[in-house]
Amino acid sequence: MQKETIPPTFIFPKAPTGVDGLDEITDGGFPKGRPTLICGGAGCGKTLLSMQFLIKGITDYNEPGVFMSFEEPSDDLTLNVKSLGFDLEKLKADKMLIVDHVRVERSEIEEAGEYDLDGLFIRLGHAIDSIKATRVVLDTIETLFSGLDNQAILRAELRRLFHWLKQKGVTAVITGERGEATLTRQGLEEYVSDCVIVLDHRVIEQVSTRRLRIVKYRGSTHGTNEYPFLIDENGISVLPITSLKLDNEVSSDIVSTGFAGLDEMFNMGGFYRGSNILVSGTAGTAKTTIGSYFATEQCKNNEKTIYFAFEESPQQLVRNMKSIGVDLQKYLDNGTLQIHSSRPSLNGLELHLLTLRKLIKEFEPTTIIIDPISNLISVGSDHEVRSMLVRLIDMLKVNNITALFTSLNKQHTDTLRPDLAEESVSSLVDTWITVRDMEGIGERNRGIFIIKARGMGHSNQVREFIITNNGLELLDVEMGPQGILTGAARQSFKNKKTISDIKLQNEISRKDREIERKRKVLEANIEALKNEFESAEEELSILKATEELQKEMSSKKK
Amino acid sequence: MENEVAEWQLLLYIAGQTPKSTKALENIKKYAEEHLAGKYSIEIIDLLKNPQLAEGDQILAVPTLVRRFPEPIRKIIGDLSNKERVLVGLNIKPVTI
Repeated sequence: MQKETIPPTFIFPKAPTGVDGLDEITDGGFPKGRPTLICGGAGCGKTLLSMQFLIKGITDYNEPGVFMSFEEPSDDLTLNVKSLGFDLEKLKADKMLIVDHVRVERSEIEEAGEYDLDGLFIRLGHAIDSIKATRVVLDTIETLFSGLDNQAILRAELRRLFHWLKQKGVTAVITGERGEATLTRQGLEEYVSDCVIVLDHRVIEQVSTRRLRIVKYRGSTHGTNEYPFLIDENGISVLPITSLKLDNEVSSDIVSTGFAGLDEMFNMGGFYRGSNILVSGTAGTAKTTIGSYFATEQCKNNEKTIYFAFEESPQQLVRNMKSIGVDLQKYLDNGTLQIHSSRPSLNGLELHLLTLRKLIKEFEPTTIIIDPISNLISVGSDHEVRSMLVRLIDMLKVNNITALFTSLNKQHTDTLRPDLAEESVSSLVDTWITVRDMEGIGERNRGIFIIKARGMGHSNQVREFIITNNGLELLDVEMGPQGILTGAARQSFKNKKTISDIKLQNEISRKDREIERKRKVLEANIEALKNEFESAEEELSILKATEELQKEMSSKKK
Repeated sequence: MENEVAEWQLLLYIAGQTPKSTKALENIKKYAEEHLAGKYSIEIIDLLKNPQLAEGDQILAVPTLVRRFPEPIRKIIGDLSNKERVLVGLNIKPVTI
């Protein structure tokens, strides 16, 4: 038993497991000097996990270990883990590892009276003492129960074994087969262990995923979720959903999209470095082209780029892009670009993520393109995809990698906003660009618009673009009476406009002439009226004269 | 029967002088005298003194009685208080059903 006088900054003593990711969720490893139970069904990696714990202990932390196998003979174990790059024979020769196979054969053993398992204790004790082991694995202890009859003794002895291990001060890992209602068949180990980890192997839609969960951990905090883990050529790696603190550094650098017109749609002239960009759209809307544009632009600036193509082979992609004047081969040759192609259904999601992770570690790119991310969705359930993407995006953010994902939408284009099949992605990404078909009568045009761009003003227009032999070309905005015009409508609108312009010109000159005519009429009228007025005036003066004459005449008469 | 020509080599694994091991030794001696008088040997191995020997015979429990010879190797664990079982286990007495 450990005497723990808890100092103010008490750190629970832990033995690092050396398993990628597991130390993070256990907050440092398994409880040091205490037994840990790893349980799970067949084929979920119990033996491997415990073996890795032991081997990493030897290679990374210089802690010798004893592996007591109740199931597999030593030679088989050696062979099994050799494929994972662990050389047991060498470790054994170096006196860092002892593998002891305890064979329990029911047919060979007869029970007659009282006994205890001191033989086992002595064997284990001897092995521990002879190499001064601090790590011990017992795999799988409950085999004893099938070999021996007296359950009462076994249970008591097992309990004693756990205490004995604790007293020895070794960090022990005990594996156990999963029981029906309890974590282990005997329902005993989980109570006497200080830490219990459950492994699980589930198949969802033909794709299997292994998961790990920490059920209990005395005296320590731990991640409580189920974490997917992988077994590959390097052993086990656990993928914590997130190291989600969201405190990664951000960059205000702008990287160009490589598509001149698109740059202009962003107020800052491109994407932020280290941001995630989603390009979504229905089939044939040039998502891949936009991705390739971005890739070449980055390569041009000597940014290392990885292009993950889940639909096309590298050769096909290079050829296709060449047809529109994008030369990927050049960058493949000079080593700034890598293209990785695989079918999404080849692996489970986790393995994909791990592949990405590995390549990112090896190649250290500053840009990655995943084309299309929606293909991965076919591999897992929405929730899984989401959690994988969260992890992926986290990983990219931490490494300050600019990532462009394309996403294939389902074909239904009633609304301007694309269908949200990639809902899972959309809230995670920083910039969301949509390319869409705009179908008119007898033609199809491509439009591009920005749905969101975190931290950057952007155009709200749907811009039409065309793909020529020279690449992408963004067309000017043409405003019609009903909004923005595209394609034939744009053309016919232009024609109409020319015609109406001419018509207007004609109209104007016609109007001019009419005015001229009207003026002439007016002037003529004025002349006529003037004449009339003059004659009236004349008449009046004649009358006046006559009247005057008459007056004179009458006065003469008087 | 081949048993008659064979010498009986018995090994008793114990872990220190515990009541169980003493009892087991007493018991096996008694049975051997009764049934195998003159053609047996009993070797006692104390695992506390020679822990490395436990692996060879796959010893888990103590006390364990191992019939080294005649072949095949048989093991009987416990304090050997169940005479019937010991005799059956050692194949001294045929199984009675």
